[in-house]
Amino acid sequence: MIGKELDTGAPNTWCPGCGNFSILNAMRAVLAELDHSQPDLSRTVLVAGIGCHAKIADYVNVNSFYSIHGRATPAAEGIKIGDPDLRVICHAGDGDAYGEGLEHLIFAAKRNVDMTMIVHDNRVYGLTTGQYTPTSPLGFRGRSTPAGSIELPLNPLALMLTSGATFVARGYSHGIENLKEIFRAAIAHKGFSFIDVLQVCVTYFNQYEEYTARTYALENHDATDYDLAVKRAREWDYNSAARIPLGIFYEGDAPVFEVNPSEAGRTPDETRDALDKLLASYR
Amino acid sequence: MKEFSILIGGKAGDGIDRAGVVINDLLNTLGYYQYVYREYPSIIRGGHTFSIIRASSDKVYCHRDQVDIVIAMNRETIDAHAGRLRDGGALLYDATEDKAAAPIIADGATIQAIPLQDILAAESAPPITRNSIMIGALARALGLEWTDASAVLTRRLPKSLPQNLAVARRGYDAASPVFMVPNLDRVALPVLTGNEALAMGLLQGGLDSYIAYPMTPTSSILHFLAEVAPLFGLKVVHPESEIGVILMALGASYTGDKVAVGTSGGGFCLMTEGFSFAAMAELPLVVVLGMRPGPSTGLPTYSSQTELGFALNAGQGEFSRLVVAPGDAEESFQWAQIALNMAAKHRVPVILLTDKNGGEGTYSFDVNEPTAIERYEAPPRDWSKVFKIDSYEHDETGLTTEDAAITKAMQDKRLAKTGPIASDLAACEPVKVYGDKEAATAIICWGSNKGVCVEAAAAFGWRVVQPVVLAPFPAAQFAEAMRGARLSIVVENNATGQLKKLLRLHDFTATESVRKYDGRAFSLEELSAALTAVKEASPV
Repeated sequence: MIGKELDTGAPNTWCPGCGNFSILNAMRAVLAELDHSQPDLSRTVLVAGIGCHAKIADYVNVNSFYSIHGRATPAAEGIKIGDPDLRVICHAGDGDAYGEGLEHLIFAAKRNVDMTMIVHDNRVYGLTTGQYTPTSPLGFRGRSTPAGSIELPLNPLALMLTSGATFVARGYSHGIENLKEIFRAAIAHKGFSFIDVLQVCVTYFNQYEEYTARTYALENHDATDYDLAVKRAREWDYNSAARIPLGIFYEGDAPVFEVNPSEAGRTPDETRDALDKLLASYR
Repeated sequence: MKEFSILIGGKAGDGIDRAGVVINDLLNTLGYYQYVYREYPSIIRGGHTFSIIRASSDKVYCHRDQVDIVIAMNRETIDAHAGRLRDGGALLYDATEDKAAAPIIADGATIQAIPLQDILAAESAPPITRNSIMIGALARALGLEWTDASAVLTRRLPKSLPQNLAVARRGYDAASPVFMVPNLDRVALPVLTGNEALAMGLLQGGLDSYIAYPMTPTSSILHFLAEVAPLFGLKVVHPESEIGVILMALGASYTGDKVAVGTSGGGFCLMTEGFSFAAMAELPLVVVLGMRPGPSTGLPTYSSQTELGFALNAGQGEFSRLVVAPGDAEESFQWAQIALNMAAKHRVPVILLTDKNGGEGTYSFDVNEPTAIERYEAPPRDWSKVFKIDSYEHDETGLTTEDAAITKAMQDKRLAKTGPIASDLAACEPVKVYGDKEAATAIICWGSNKGVCVEAAAAFGWRVVQPVVLAPFPAAQFAEAMRGARLSIVVENNATGQLKKLLRLHDFTATESVRKYDGRAFSLEELSAALTAVKEASPV
């Protein structure tokens, strides 16, 4: 299966030049590769929240769970609870994952759920037409903050490292190869893989020039060194004009969240036998 | 009917519940059916807590105000409850507790001071064994042989405290018989809470995953299922919040798991967006909604029937749902199975509406009462076909749409589930009728008030009509059940008459209401008095 065959045929309604196209194309290419791996593509589920990013669920012809705003993460976790053999790739927006549903993100990282979390971080609400988000810089003039945001942004990479994510990376929606590489590694990682993708919103917060000037690839970086990862994650605080490292900051190893039910029989008769035994202790 | 009631009270943290379980066991060996009403504060240590254990030769589902024996572990219990004693009853209390003030009790009732401190000292036993002393004293008060009592105590008391049996024996010797409880010489039923019976119903219905955030009065379902999960191959998860709960549940449901969640009103407020999503995405889901008094945090450990309107209307948009309010342990067991089945078969969200009285009340439970519906097994998810679900309006393939015709068709499809659900439920007695079915006066009740209403109505010769299913409302069955009734009295634990309002929506106007909304259950005497007042004031 090649990338094109993964199209659903649903008309694409992202703005021309939207950073989401790069994420879509990179993801489709990586998914096409997955067709020959285990679990194969038929046992892969894309989860999405609500926002511009989430339309990816309509565009890619694989299993999908198009959730509600802020609640992509717990749905993805529930899918792993229901069937741990499914591969779960969760897309969310920055308003979605860092605003409305931040607690779920932290807990999914804390649990080290075996899933891939891709945040399309355009640092602005697109679908609701241009308000500041948790990663918008101080002074951001949005429709809800016409005089400029009075809050500093949060640093999602630092937050995820603190919360227990075992794979932490940053991508940029300019350059598909770079994204493909990170997505592949994230999906291959056993545990909670987190990727913040600087995804440019051309309509409400066009940062192409800024990002292109300031981003650079992490090189000679030891991703197994947690302290170093934290240090590199703090190089840019999502507010300053510092240089912005891209790539895999951290890849560690920790026990993965698994809810393993016992092998007890589950037919109606077996359940009834177990119930009768249990009830005997209530006499 | 042979019956008697025992009240045991003390401070929260004194092990009153645990003592109640041992007393249940004691009475079970004598062949008695039981019902236990529990009150406790939202406090871990201190504060007054008590249980009323009503034992009877017939099945009983409610408590009486008047009791035969009061076991007071502290002074507060004496002051609060000694007045409940009937003529011939007895107060068993700690002799070391405030000797100055003699308890005031009913004429004809007696007092037995049990020297708890002396007994503890004599056996060098820790204070936690005080309950065992009182249980020993109770056994004597009920006229039991020590060998019978010690058999139960040996089985039930923690082995880590060998002094338990010794202090119980001293308690037995310190007390004297109050009345002789005859041994009914039969095997009684397991005694368990409504929540445990409901959880067992979920298991019997094929539950794969139970996901919940702790909240009274449904926390005990979470605790119970977490404990027994290995016996049933069940998955139990306690996430970060009720929003996490319902979304995880929907994720698991997407993979084909039969899933239930449990909460109370406040938690369900957080879940409502996910509840509506379940309907939109057609993902099967069962919500156990245990009611307690609100608004807001309200009285966390007390009871109410205030979420009927909420359950019927929760969630944005219009969609089919099933709302069921079981009335006792057997109904909880049966309807939990039906709820899981209906959710899976019709792919709708289902609410099992319970309350603290029904959920944490303890019943003699008969698992063998038949269930009208066989377990429904959805075919396993076929992953060879792409499976898309969507919270947006979507077409049959799960792709987002804003198309007018598809929007209407999909809305019609979801709403059209109501009819088939109602037809399936017609076989399950969605409206139950008790007592004299031709009586001119009918009590209408729902949920945990069923037991007290049925018993109270029997004394009046009235009928009782209990809609178990509240949505889709079984209007035809209800009309049939009410045929010929001239006086109708809706009994409910809320201030605004939520069932009465629901009935009006279905073209039935009840003539009278009895409402109680102080967080406590109706006792048999209290409801009987209220019904008498209605009867006297009405022209029928």
